[in-house]
Amino acid sequence: MSEKPEVNRARRRILIATTCAGGVASVASAVPFVASMLPSERAKAMGAPVEADISYLAPGEMMRVEWRGQPVWIVHRTKEMLDAVKATDDKVADPKSERKPSELTPAYARNEFRSIKPEYLVVVGICSHLGCSPTDRLKAGPEAFDPEWKGGFYCPCHGSLFDLAGRVYKNKPAPDNLAVPPYTFLSDTKLVIGEDKKA
Amino acid sequence: MAATEKQPITGAGPFNGILTWVDERFPLMATLKEHLTEYYAPKNFNFWYYFGSLALLAFVLQVATGIFLTMHYKPDANLAFASVEYIMRDVPWGWLIRYMHSTGASLFFVCIYLHMFRAMLYGSYRKPRELLWIFGMFIFLCLMAEAFFGYLLPWGQMSYWGAQVIVNLFAAIPVIGPDLAIWIRGDYVVSDATLNRFFAFHVIAIPFVLAGLVAAHLLALHEVGSNSPDGIEIKKNKDPKTGIPLDGIPFHPYYTVKDIFGAAVFMFVFAVIVFFAPEFGGYFLEYNNFVAADPLRTPQHIAPVWYFTPYYSILRSITINFFWIDAKVWGVIAMGVSATIFFLLPWLDRSPAKSIRYRGPIYKTALAVFVVCFLILGYLGTQSVTEGRTLLAQICTVLYFLFFLLMPWYTTIDTCEPEPERVTK
Repeated sequence: MSEKPEVNRARRRILIATTCAGGVASVASAVPFVASMLPSERAKAMGAPVEADISYLAPGEMMRVEWRGQPVWIVHRTKEMLDAVKATDDKVADPKSERKPSELTPAYARNEFRSIKPEYLVVVGICSHLGCSPTDRLKAGPEAFDPEWKGGFYCPCHGSLFDLAGRVYKNKPAPDNLAVPPYTFLSDTKLVIGEDKKA
Repeated sequence: MAATEKQPITGAGPFNGILTWVDERFPLMATLKEHLTEYYAPKNFNFWYYFGSLALLAFVLQVATGIFLTMHYKPDANLAFASVEYIMRDVPWGWLIRYMHSTGASLFFVCIYLHMFRAMLYGSYRKPRELLWIFGMFIFLCLMAEAFFGYLLPWGQMSYWGAQVIVNLFAAIPVIGPDLAIWIRGDYVVSDATLNRFFAFHVIAIPFVLAGLVAAHLLALHEVGSNSPDGIEIKKNKDPKTGIPLDGIPFHPYYTVKDIFGAAVFMFVFAVIVFFAPEFGGYFLEYNNFVAADPLRTPQHIAPVWYFTPYYSILRSITINFFWIDAKVWGVIAMGVSATIFFLLPWLDRSPAKSIRYRGPIYKTALAVFVVCFLILGYLGTQSVTEGRTLLAQICTVLYFLFFLLMPWYTTIDTCEPEPERVTK
């Protein structure tokens, strides 16, 4: 095999063209398989707003409501709890809810207490780090994770801390505040989650 | 392989005829010779060399027990938890098969970690075994994926929240992350769709890939030959007449017998755990996983299974934003790099000696520090977060990465002893 075999240029061109066409076809045929893993029409349809009755929610207590498979917390904040929110302004990373406001904080909650009515906090109870649901540690007092704890939420997964307005503490793994879902009050004791006034 | 005319098989008594018939149509004897009876391995294999064959045994056990579990398990969010309890209580011997599978998963990781440590002791990843090492690393990553997908299936609290956290790791990737996480879950939260597809990955896709990688790993090993505890090549000293390495002995019968002894000890330990401590104090089967998944409540204390805890510690040790990028993204990057940086070992290690036996004090110290850091990180990953523990995890994380990143430097200045010509004991 010392001599170079003759290359049939025409055949080689056809070979290259066929290989390319075959390659394109195989990549294209992967599309339905990859797309089949996206949320189904049924999964997309589940997302209806839910109503919550807060007439039994005593001051200082919280309740959980399921919305889109996620926990939504409603906390009835007392005067002391609202003062604690003010006191943590310099401990939290984003006190004025300026990060990603369109995703995390609807316009009507872009205030000091991140809520429509200061006494009712409504947030999605999913940590902005990796999606655990933080534990409520509403009472102020020394805790293992913070000796000067002012009350709020502690994420057991990776140690992120949130104050009583769902604002994330500085230098914790979670980057963002807890999201405030769209919500509105139907009456003084009833609210709807997943829908706001403009809808 | 089949260069010479095949000889009829003798020495198998009444089976000579059938074996000869097969061998004329299939490379039976040639394969047996190449991979067993004439595969020469160094004669001085020690304790550390058990774990490759034991890992293979663990793989076979997992496949066998897994097949029987799928006969009773239901991959449905409404039925999964109850079907596992059904296997435990109502299926004849179901408890045994399930405990063998859960214990087997942990012992598989024990074998793989010790197998990798052996490679780090004796420089088994060094030239010409780089590709062998890379196949092995892919096996390790596949095994982690397999364990992760499998852990969701019982649909307990730890299953659910573990999957939630790991899938959200992908959501941290800039730009495409959130959509990627939705694509992996098939839903906006971990749900029935997620469970169903994880089942498919766990029982078909990943085991298939794993089996292929194991085959590639073994073929690559038999191409380059096994390393020795002295880190020297037995192929350098061959008998001039036969061409057989002077320090080599055929894998079969010498190492098959040795490995059968290892397998017996392994099965003894395995049985003790399966029968007397299947949960292993919450390390093999976590207590919170005996509670059905509740999407509204994360358990008070959550930790991954022990074999993931070192990387998990590294993930949560990063709490500071660097530049314009969130700590969250850095945490995910650090975790990913900590598990994959082993790929680079063949090129990071510049030491003139391969084996720890002839390396200098610097490498010995570095490896010891690395192992201690790995164990501390592993322990911290099972514990809840406090400020002191976070600081300790941060120190260990830095040392963990320095072991790799400074390796090109400290392995060159280390004072090694000369390697021997022939293998020692």
